[in-house]
Amino acid sequence: MINLVLFKITLLFYFAATACYLFDVITRRDQSGKVARWLLIGGFALHCATLAARFVEVGHTPVTNLHESLSFFAWTIVGIYFLFDLRYRLTVLGAFVCPLALVLMIGSSAAPAGPPEINPLLQSWWFPVHVTLAFLGNAVFAVAFIAGIMYLLQERMLKSKKFSGLFYRLPSLETLDSINYKCLSFGFPLMTMGIITGAVWANSAWGGYWRWDPKETWALITWFLYAALLHGRLTVGWRGRRAAIFAIVGFVCLLFTFLGVNLLLSGEHSFKSLQGP
Amino acid sequence: MKIIVVGLSHKTTPVEIRERVAFSPTAMERPLRELLALPAIIEAMIVSTCNRVELYATTRQPEEGMLQLRRFLAQYHQLAPAELEPHLYDLKGEEAIRHVFRVAASLDSMVVGEPQILGQIKTAYSYATEYKTVGLILNRFLHKAFSVAKRVRTETEIASNAVSVSFAAVELARKIFGSLEGKTVMLIGAGEMCELAARHFLNNGVSSIMVTNRTFERAVKLAEEFSGRAVQFEDFPLHLHQVDIVLTSTGAPTFILGPKKMEEVLRQRKNKPMFLIDIAVPRDIDPKVNDLSNIYLYDVDDLQEVVHSNLKERQKEAKKAEAIVDQEIGQFHRWLENLEVVPTIVALRSRLEEIRRGELEKTFASWRDLEEKERRAVEAMSAAIINKVLHHPITVLKRGQNGTESDGYVDAVRTLFDLQMPGADQADHLDPTE
Repeated sequence: MINLVLFKITLLFYFAATACYLFDVITRRDQSGKVARWLLIGGFALHCATLAARFVEVGHTPVTNLHESLSFFAWTIVGIYFLFDLRYRLTVLGAFVCPLALVLMIGSSAAPAGPPEINPLLQSWWFPVHVTLAFLGNAVFAVAFIAGIMYLLQERMLKSKKFSGLFYRLPSLETLDSINYKCLSFGFPLMTMGIITGAVWANSAWGGYWRWDPKETWALITWFLYAALLHGRLTVGWRGRRAAIFAIVGFVCLLFTFLGVNLLLSGEHSFKSLQGP
Repeated sequence: MKIIVVGLSHKTTPVEIRERVAFSPTAMERPLRELLALPAIIEAMIVSTCNRVELYATTRQPEEGMLQLRRFLAQYHQLAPAELEPHLYDLKGEEAIRHVFRVAASLDSMVVGEPQILGQIKTAYSYATEYKTVGLILNRFLHKAFSVAKRVRTETEIASNAVSVSFAAVELARKIFGSLEGKTVMLIGAGEMCELAARHFLNNGVSSIMVTNRTFERAVKLAEEFSGRAVQFEDFPLHLHQVDIVLTSTGAPTFILGPKKMEEVLRQRKNKPMFLIDIAVPRDIDPKVNDLSNIYLYDVDDLQEVVHSNLKERQKEAKKAEAIVDQEIGQFHRWLENLEVVPTIVALRSRLEEIRRGELEKTFASWRDLEEKERRAVEAMSAAIINKVLHHPITVLKRGQNGTESDGYVDAVRTLFDLQMPGADQADHLDPTE
């Protein structure tokens, strides 16, 4: 099980990167931020290798149990973060993203690794397309969630006029708000396409586009939340604090759709039914 | 060889004395030449700013050198030594190195982290190179000081937070808007601080400015100065939704802007954030405005508070900077010490070799019937004695190269064996290109 060994090394890299990021934010030493970034890049490369190995071993996109899903989610979040990093060069964003990825990875390592069997009924090319789109959308919204938290922290300090050390590290409100908007304008289409491809796949697997299974219902609720935010942004000028709060609420909802439904409720998306009879 | 520093600064000396010992930047040649003519001084330079006057030099006799520098300062400026003496400090060796590194990194400045001092030292150094009064050691020393200052600047945030009210306003605006490019400022009323802040905003990327005043002519005049646009005082609320930053300092006895008006303005500008700076006393803007989302209102006290906490932040950063200085001192000090270790060892060897040669010649001259084999034995034995004798002293000298104090031994060996240092000529021969 080479992928499990790689997984453990990846976890170690993420752990070290998180430690360096936190050190950077607390002491504001730039070198430590640079080290953290390289550790995260190394971790991400290893993570790619882990997933590739897993794919080869189990023979399908590795998102059929909790272990795989959390790891895949962390991978997409870090990947999306690097896209933002190219544009904004924000060490401090990494300092928030990296711990989130680490928590997901720890969760993943705590869950039994499998080997999972996929329900043959679901084996189709729609499967990787659907889950990849859905996960990418989720990851983009995770970054929006983090930018939202950073926005609220920074806004709190500017309003109350009491500045902690974090103030000097956090980017401007406008930058954070523009990250929020960028996430929304990339995440929303991804999520929409994730839902549509899911419906098409469902139709080919079960002969029906929409079955109101709990996952589908919650995804729709989340979709409406983000749709409302996008609408508000474009027409009435919702921005700043309100947009940040929306991004946070949206992500909590999304997390429930992603994890809560699979773990707490039953339906076609639960890991059990994914793994076949 | 030691580096020495003699000088005075704002910390030790009132301005009445400082202004009398300042060197004119247009006439540096004469004092530099006079410094170099002092018998104990090998290299020298003069740093003279409004906050400090300092002489940096290298010498073989630190005590004597410092004394001569002190006398020079008093004589050159025609001051009684007793008048100057209590204000002067002098430092040698490691302490002198630390001092210059700290000064260059702006850790000894009145406002810690202010950037001018480095430029002033660079200018002082360029005079010294122009008149060729610095050589191998001071060249290397000053370049090191510049690189330490650069490290401090890039690795700490010692200079990154504003320590004046008007700059603090610009910095807060950056925390809200990010870049100030394309932003618009409105100046309501006039006042020195307000105009200064407006100028800072313009210098930091703000693209356009609107000016209003109860006296319209005044507004027109100011607008011309900032190449902005003047607005009638009665009309300014109509333009508020077009501006991102508002600076107010009118003499109005009551608030001229309240939450109701600002709410309307926000709606007009689709909640784009606004930064209001109220410098007036009594205040111009109702503090309740700060409760509105996307509006950030700061009055004079708030800005003062920001400046205060920035100063504290600088103190914290200064601690990191001190650690960097400590690191670099060690390195440079070692280089300086080692500068003389190798030449001393070479000189010591050749001195003993010279004695051995002399004695061998004498011996062979009186002992002509020695066979070749025996001659060689005597030569080998004398060489072995010298190597054995030198083994331990050289080990001790070399150990100094790895960090522990070796300067004392270098001096001791030089005195005990009466060595002429090759390094002395090297340093006397000034080479400003190093």
